[in-house]
Amino acid sequence: MEAIILQILNGLDKGSAYALIALGLTLIFGTLGVVNFAHGALFMIGAFCAVTLSRIISLSHTVIDDTQTDFLGNPLKVEVPYVYDWFGQATGDAIIDWAVPLSILFAIPVMIGIGVIMERGLIKHFYHRPHADQILVTFGLAIVLQEIIKYYYGANPIPTPAPSAFTGSFDFGALMGFDAGQIIYPYWRIIYFMFAALIIGGVFAFLQFTTFGMVVRAGMADRETVQLLGINIDRRFTLMFGIAAAVAGLAGVMYTPINSPNYHMGMDFLVLSFVVVVVGGMGSLPGAVLAGFLLGIVESFASMREVLDILPGINQIIIYLVAIIILLTRPRGLMGRKGVMED
Amino acid sequence: MSKMNLTRRGVLQTGAVAGAGLALPTYLSAASHAGFTNAPTGGTVTLGFNVPQSGPYADEGADELRAYELAVEHLNGEGDGGLLNTFSSKALKGNGILGKKVEYVTGDTQTKSDAARASARSMIEKDGAIMVTGGSSSGVAVAVQALCQEAGVIFMAGLTHSNDTTGKDKKANGFRHFFNSYMTGAALAPVLANNYGTDRKAYHLTADYNWGYTTEEAVRTSTEAMGWETVGTVLTPLTQTDFSSYITPVLQSDADVLVLNHYGGNMVNSLTNAVQFGLRDRIANGKNFEIVVPLYSRLMAKGAGANVKGIFGSTNWHWSLTDEGSKQFVQSFGTKYGFPPSQAAHTCYVQALLYADAVERAGSFNPCAVGEALKDFEFDGMGNGPTLYRGEDHQCFKDVLVVKGKENPTSEFDLLEIVEVTPVSQVTYDASIFGGDLGTCNPGA
Repeated sequence: MEAIILQILNGLDKGSAYALIALGLTLIFGTLGVVNFAHGALFMIGAFCAVTLSRIISLSHTVIDDTQTDFLGNPLKVEVPYVYDWFGQATGDAIIDWAVPLSILFAIPVMIGIGVIMERGLIKHFYHRPHADQILVTFGLAIVLQEIIKYYYGANPIPTPAPSAFTGSFDFGALMGFDAGQIIYPYWRIIYFMFAALIIGGVFAFLQFTTFGMVVRAGMADRETVQLLGINIDRRFTLMFGIAAAVAGLAGVMYTPINSPNYHMGMDFLVLSFVVVVVGGMGSLPGAVLAGFLLGIVESFASMREVLDILPGINQIIIYLVAIIILLTRPRGLMGRKGVMED
Repeated sequence: MSKMNLTRRGVLQTGAVAGAGLALPTYLSAASHAGFTNAPTGGTVTLGFNVPQSGPYADEGADELRAYELAVEHLNGEGDGGLLNTFSSKALKGNGILGKKVEYVTGDTQTKSDAARASARSMIEKDGAIMVTGGSSSGVAVAVQALCQEAGVIFMAGLTHSNDTTGKDKKANGFRHFFNSYMTGAALAPVLANNYGTDRKAYHLTADYNWGYTTEEAVRTSTEAMGWETVGTVLTPLTQTDFSSYITPVLQSDADVLVLNHYGGNMVNSLTNAVQFGLRDRIANGKNFEIVVPLYSRLMAKGAGANVKGIFGSTNWHWSLTDEGSKQFVQSFGTKYGFPPSQAAHTCYVQALLYADAVERAGSFNPCAVGEALKDFEFDGMGNGPTLYRGEDHQCFKDVLVVKGKENPTSEFDLLEIVEVTPVSQVTYDASIFGGDLGTCNPGA
């Protein structure tokens, strides 16, 4: 029982990342009709927003410590962060410690800006081109973006820890009447799940309860009619691209304490996220979220030793098997709409 | 009276055929005279440095390339001479190799076997590389080693830790300085037993590829010989990034030790995830739960950050060693680049010098003569203590370092501390246990 609960928690946690990325992908596909293979790169750039802010906050000046030597035997150069000078060591340490949550504020404008520039600068030129062209150009863009990140940050993962207040684990087992330590889950992963739920809820609320969102939904349903009403739907869709980029970026920011970011992390998520979108139903926002969590849970259960003993290697193919079964039984995915990508 | 029909086309055709006929013996004699692939003819000799310049091990590859450039500098008599000053063999004079100035070409393995073979082939066929060296993966090493065997050039392996490189996949033209999985197990197990006791239950997470299998087997066999019990082994996909679903079952198992047979990004992520799940703070079977990472590299330890603190592993070499060779190499590398070298840089630098030295001692670039000079060659002063290049499998035998993540690092490079220098006698094994056949040396041409 404990193992099942733990794998459900794992699935919800994995599913959070899948759902956030797939949500952004679906927003872009639903509004602009573009299959954006650069979306994983946006997730990765979000993570590097956290790395960048962390480095900015930790900017240092050098002080020579004559009492110690470096590896060459020279007096040791000690890096002292400027925040120590400005706010004192205790406050400075706290600011550095909270770099990842602070990065949320940094990442939102950066990611919206990147999204808008991407859409206006490149992707808008491919609206009326076949999906194959869109996939090629966005995939190429993803590779360019990751090579740029690799050039500036290197190929190695960069540790970006969570605030020390969130480094432990929460004992669900004790809360649920099981033995202590049997069902523990890291605080930061619980926060990630709650953060994902908040973002997903926020996006749905934005689309459902604001005039802007209503116009966007109308545009997703019938773009030409909305334009005939004199509404500049293109501008709103451009902003939606920016918002989708920000959603992916925030998913990346909050993911950095879970796994040290590296330039390739976007590609690791990209294919899975497309499977999530297809299983959820192309263009369906609730479908993307539902499929994200569903596939996350399925993947977690497939990684259990008991399952692997019976079906070796199932962990590597389970998502694709589930996708095949769902698409065979429900060709439009779980919540797909008729007519989307069927022309 | 005869009439000669001289036409422009006829003259050209006759000239071309005659020219080719005259040139052919020259071409054949050049090859047959040298008798081996890419025999250097001018005043230079070209070495091929095949390292990951892109992909997940690009940083490690960059450090390898720095080391090779430093080696070339020292071989050509530039810089401070580096390990030429401490190397027990005095055949190298700093005047190139056999008087020929050393030049080099580079290739990008991308840490993919097919790409690595393609770049090695290009360096051999187009650039005339007489020797190929480098790499950060056993899969790549085995693939490139086989190619060099076919092409008739020497392969001096870079960072490759699988038993297979000098075991079942060994080749007469291939040589490895780096240690291997067996040695890791043999060095690590006694230290683990001393620190954690002999009554332990281990759970292995193993990367699902060749290196993972051999490392798991080596560590499992060695720790079981010390009295440990293996309660679970699970293969994890090489592409896995989030290991949470593999780590949570450990909580339900009977294990009190988790062994992460992972390298590179896999290791960084699995260790980070294991620490997140509180395994370091866990009490199991009345003991502190422990994590072990069999193969460490400083670059990986940097990626895992504070999570490596107190965790045991092994390494081929570390810049904090205090022997004359290590100090000299750290001085040369650190002065040139501003930071201490990694173990990948060290093994690559040493391999380049060992090759050059073997050529000098053999008096020939012929790969078979060079191979003979390397076989059973004993040397010192290169940073690992007295070392033997065993003739039976072309594997170097030297002391192995058991290291631990440092609790209070003083810099971003000061991440590991040496716990024990395991003597070579403890990690030596019978060459026949891993099978394979060296075959015969291929000089090519």
